Amino acid sequence: MAKILVDNVRHSYFAEPKGEEDWALKKITLECEDGGAYALLGPSGCGKTTLLNLISGLLRPTEGRIYFDGKDATEASPEQRNIAQVFQFPVIYDTMTIYDNLAFPLRNRRLGEAEVDQRVREIARMLELDTILKRRASGLTADGKQKISLGRGLVRTDVNVIMFDEPLTVIDPHLKWQLRSKLKELHHRIRRTMIYVTHDQTEALTFADQVVVMKDGEIVQIGTPIELFERPRHTFVGHFIGSPGMNLLPCEIKSATAYVAGKAVKTLKSRRESGDHLELGVRPEFVSFAEEGIPVDVTKVADAGRFRIVETRYNGNAIKLLVAEGRDIPSGKAHVSFDPEHTQIYQNGWMIE
Amino acid sequence: MNKTFNHKGWLFVLPVVVLVAFNAIIPLMTVVNFSVQESFGDNVFFWSGMQWFEQVLHSDRFHAALLRQLLFTAIVLAIEVPLGLAIALAMPRRGPWVSVCLVLMALPLLIPWNVVGAMWNIFALPDLGLLGRLINGIGFHYNYTRQPLGAWFTVVLMDVWHWTSLVALLCYAGLVAIPDAYYQAAKIDGARPWAVFRYIQLPKLKHVLTIAILLRFMDSFMIYTEVVVLTGGGPGNATTFLSIDLVKMALGQFDLGPAAAMSIVYFLIILFLSWLFYTLMMQKEET
Amino acid sequence: MRLKFLLPAIYILFLLLPIYWLLNMSFKTTNEILGAFTLWPRNFTFDNYRKIFTDPTWYWGYINSLIYVLMNTVLSVLVALPAAYAFSRYRFLGDKHLFFWLLSNRMAPPAVFALPFLQLYSAVGLFDTHIAVALAHTLFNVPLAVWILEGFMSGVPKELDETAYVDGYSFWGFFLKIFIPTIAAGVGVACFFCFMFSWVELLLAKTLTSVEAKPIAATMTRTASTSGYELGLLAAAGVLTIVPGAFVIYFVRNYIAKGFALGRV
Repeated sequence: MAKILVDNVRHSYFAEPKGEEDWALKKITLECEDGGAYALLGPSGCGKTTLLNLISGLLRPTEGRIYFDGKDATEASPEQRNIAQVFQFPVIYDTMTIYDNLAFPLRNRRLGEAEVDQRVREIARMLELDTILKRRASGLTADGKQKISLGRGLVRTDVNVIMFDEPLTVIDPHLKWQLRSKLKELHHRIRRTMIYVTHDQTEALTFADQVVVMKDGEIVQIGTPIELFERPRHTFVGHFIGSPGMNLLPCEIKSATAYVAGKAVKTLKSRRESGDHLELGVRPEFVSFAEEGIPVDVTKVADAGRFRIVETRYNGNAIKLLVAEGRDIPSGKAHVSFDPEHTQIYQNGWMIE
Repeated sequence: MNKTFNHKGWLFVLPVVVLVAFNAIIPLMTVVNFSVQESFGDNVFFWSGMQWFEQVLHSDRFHAALLRQLLFTAIVLAIEVPLGLAIALAMPRRGPWVSVCLVLMALPLLIPWNVVGAMWNIFALPDLGLLGRLINGIGFHYNYTRQPLGAWFTVVLMDVWHWTSLVALLCYAGLVAIPDAYYQAAKIDGARPWAVFRYIQLPKLKHVLTIAILLRFMDSFMIYTEVVVLTGGGPGNATTFLSIDLVKMALGQFDLGPAAAMSIVYFLIILFLSWLFYTLMMQKEET
Repeated sequence: MRLKFLLPAIYILFLLLPIYWLLNMSFKTTNEILGAFTLWPRNFTFDNYRKIFTDPTWYWGYINSLIYVLMNTVLSVLVALPAAYAFSRYRFLGDKHLFFWLLSNRMAPPAVFALPFLQLYSAVGLFDTHIAVALAHTLFNVPLAVWILEGFMSGVPKELDETAYVDGYSFWGFFLKIFIPTIAAGVGVACFFCFMFSWVELLLAKTLTSVEAKPIAATMTRTASTSGYELGLLAAAGVLTIVPGAFVIYFVRNYIAKGFALGRV
C-alpha cells in the first residue's frame, strides 16, 4: 500500500532528444493516493503506457523523480518497488500448472509452502480458479490467463500497486464486462492502489475513482468521471469522453457575452476576456429543442436505443443533441438552447475559468 | 494454440506443395525404379525385387558404416546443440557488437563444403598446419592421416567449427523473438536467471531447438564432401560414414541397383529417427 | 566487459582461426602451402585472386551463383510465408503429415538423385538455366523456410490476429503491416539460411548446368582435376565465396536481432 508521486517527469526514448516530438512524456506530475483506483485514459501514442512503465520501474525516467510513500524510488527495480503488472497479452508460465503459476512469486520470495498454499487458494477462490488449480495454465482461454496474471499480482501481500496495461484487449466482448466488474469488486475488497491504462473510455469511467486524461505526452485533466463529464477542462476531454462527444462551436466575446455566429448564448459565467481561438463547448446531453434560441436545420436523426442522436446545422456548424425516446423531433427548421450551467468557453483548447 | 478448422489452409500451402512435389516425386520414383531392377548394361533391366535391399541390409560393411555414422552424429549433436544454445544465450542483444557477432558467426557456414574440407586438410596437418603444429607442440602425438582417433577428433572438430553457428543463430533469433513482457513479468515475480531460463526461455525455444536438432541430425547423417576432402574416409575406413560408403560402393559398379537400394534404406533410417524425435519433442503440445 | 560475453568471444576466436588460415593460404602459391609451414606467406602473391578476377569462367561463376541463389531465396521465402501461416493457424485435412513430409525432402543423400534430376529438368527444357537450379534448390529450402517460419509464427499469440481484425485491418493489411514485423527475426533467419544452403550446394548446381549458368561450384571442383590440387586458387575462391553471404547476413541483421514488444502503445 503506498502513495505514489510522479514528480516533474519527462521521458524520451531517444538518447539525444532534439525537438518536442522526441519526448514521449512532456511534463508529468501526478499523485496517486493510497488505495485509489486510477485510470490513465487517452488515445494511442499519448504516453500512457510509458507513464505506467515508469511508475512500475520497467523504465527509468529521462528526467524527474518518482516517490513511493515519500521515498525516492526512481532507481529502484520493479521488484524493489513491490508492484504487480497485468499486460495486454496474457503472460503466464506455459509449462506450469495454474497452481504453480500463482505460487511462483511467493516461492521466489522464499515463503513457506504452507503459507504459499493458503494464499494461492485464497486468491484462486476470489478469481474463481480454485476448481481447476491442477490444470496446465496453457490450456486456458484468454480471460482465464489474464485472471492468472492478475492472481500472480494479488497473491503477494506486500504489493504496493497493481498496474494494468490495457488488460481487456484480447478478451471476448461478452466477457469484458464480467472481468471489468470483477476488477471493480476486487478493488473494493482489497483496497490496493490500482492504475489502469486504457484507450476505452467506458473501461476507464466504470473502473476508476479518478481518471487521468492524457494527450501527446501531457496530462490534460484529472478528475472523477462525473467531473470529466460535466466540467471538461479541455476540448480534448470534451470530445474524447462522452458518446457522442461535446459540441464545439467557434464564438466571440463582446461585452461579456458570448456570441456564436451572431447569436448571443448564455454561459456559465459572464465573460470579460476576449481573444482569438475561442470556442463554445456544450455536450449534446445539455442541448435541447426550445421555442427560441439558436435557429438550426435538423439534418439527421440516428437511433441509439433509449435515445436518439439528432444532428442539426447552424451557420455551417454541426450541433448534436440527444432526445429521449418518445419525444417528438421537429423536422426542418427548429430552435435549440443550451443549458448555461454546462456551457463553457474554451480558448486554445483550454477552458476559461 | 487453438487452431481453427479451415480448409482454406490448402490454398495457402498449394504453392509449396507443387514446388516441392515437382522436385521430389519424379526423381524419387526414378530411384525406386532403379532399386528394384538389375541391369547388365546397355539399358536392359530385369526385375530383381528385394534382392538389392537384402544384400544391403545383410552386409557387414553397411553395418560398420552405419555404426560409425550413428556414433559420429551422436557426438556432434551432443556438442553442437548445447554449445550453440549457450552461445545464443550469451550473445549481446543490443549495441554495436550484435552486428559484429552475427556476421563473424555466419562466416563458417558460407564456405563451400569442399573448401572447408580442403582448408582443414592443411590446417590440421602435423607439419604444415597451424592446428597440427599447435597440438603436437603441446605434447600430444597427433597425426590425423595415420591415427583413427586423430582422424575422428579432426572430423568432429571440423564439424563443430562448421555448424555450431547454425544452432546458435537459430536459437538467438528464437530468443530475441520472446516478447519483453515475459521478461518484465518474470522480473516483477522476482524470478532468478535460472528460473527465467527454465520457465520462459527454454519452453519458448522449443520450436527453434527442434528445427536446429533435426537439421543437424539430418545433415550430419548425410555428411559427405567435407569428410571426403579431409580424410578420404580414412585412415583405412575409420571415418567412412554412410554417405561415403554409399558413393564408394556406387563407383565402379555398372549397376545403380545396390546404390539406389542403399539410398532408400538410408533415407528410411533418417526418416524414422527424425519422425521419432519430432514426435517426442512435439508431444507436449497436445495436452 | 561483462563476463558472459567471454563465451561468444572465445567461440568467435575459434571460428576465426581457420579462416585466417584460409586467408593465409589464399595469398600463397600451392607449392608454398604444401612445402612449408608459415604463418604469413613468405612469397606473398595476389596471383590467385588475379586469376579469379580476370578469368571469365571464374567470375561468371560467382555471378551465376548469385543469380540463382537470390532467385531461390526470394521464391522460397515468399512461397513459405503463407504456407507457414496456414500450418500455424489452421487445421486442415492431412496438415500434420504434410508438414512432416516437407521436411522429409531433406533426408535423402543427394548423390543418387543427381541423374534423375538431370533427366527431369532436361525433359522440361530447363537444362543449363539459372531458374533450373533455383527451382531445384526449393526442394530443400522451401521445407526449411516453412519449418522456421512456422516455428516463429507459433510464438505469436492468435489474439494478435483477432485484435487487428477488431481494429479494422483486412487480412493482408494485418499480415503485411503487423504480423510479418512481429516475426521479423524468423524471416531474417529463414532468408539467411535459404541463401546459405543454396549458395553452398554444389552437386545439383553442377549437374543442372553446363555453360550458361555455370556456378562457382563447378569452376571450383575444376581446380581439383586439371593440374593437381590448386590449393591457393581454391583458398582464394573460398575467401571470395564468403563475401556475398557476409553481405546477406549484415543486411538481415536488424531483422534477426529485432525483438517485439507484444502490443501497441
